[in-house]
Amino acid sequence: MHSQTRDYFPYVGPFDPCPPIRVKTYQVPPQLFMTFQPENLPQYSPMEALKLGTLWPALFSPYDPRLSHLGRGGT
Amino acid sequence: MWIYEKKLQYPVRVSKCDVRMAKYLIEQYGGADGELAAALRYMNQRYTIPNKVVGLLTDIATEEFAHLEMIATMVYKLTKDATVEELKEAGLGDHYANHDRALFYHNASGVPWTAAYIQAKGDPIADLYEDIAAEEKARATYQWLIDMTDDVDLQDSLKFLREREVVHSMRFREAVEILKEERDAKKIF
Repeated sequence: MHSQTRDYFPYVGPFDPCPPIRVKTYQVPPQLFMTFQPENLPQYSPMEALKLGTLWPALFSPYDPRLSHLGRGGT
Repeated sequence: MWIYEKKLQYPVRVSKCDVRMAKYLIEQYGGADGELAAALRYMNQRYTIPNKVVGLLTDIATEEFAHLEMIATMVYKLTKDATVEELKEAGLGDHYANHDRALFYHNASGVPWTAAYIQAKGDPIADLYEDIAAEEKARATYQWLIDMTDDVDLQDSLKFLREREVVHSMRFREAVEILKEERDAKKIF
């Protein structure tokens, strides 16, 4: 499965007041790439599906909180 | 029709990492007396004002958009590198919940911009007096913003913007004088 995030590198100015965040990330969840959901996709077990919120692994989109220090400093 | 120059009207330098200041600066972005309200007010009133002052409203409205861009630059510079924790500490947790780090047209308390902030009465004197009042209120807001930071570079840009309000007020007052002019009064030089 391909990555569900994309990165970009915003302009960092020589006179920015705060230490830069050099990499910004945004979400591209799986429904963007499916157009029409095909029939007979592999399924989670019912118990797993209840927990995850979807019956199909192909639609599962995890979201990890942005760590507040992520991307800070570095080069 | 407009021609866009990809530069700011006046340089914006922000030297102090003071995220909270962004929350206050947004007042001039989407507040009642902010640059967006000013630009849209003049841009719209100019259709139903005597010919002699249409150009003035167009010019000032255009400049207000240039000021809007400067305020946006200040806010962006102060928030783009802030962590979620820093935003929360700066009182921008409510903003993050709705907008991440995106800018939005609301005032310092998060109230969204509304067209109810502006008026077009169709009466040239009433409209110009509103415009004068708007310039004076914007000047006052800049004064309070200057009071709230000790970043001299940020203060420099804010002082430029405050001065422009003074000049705009003068130009609007002159427009009133032009409209007051009696057609058959003798001109004595």
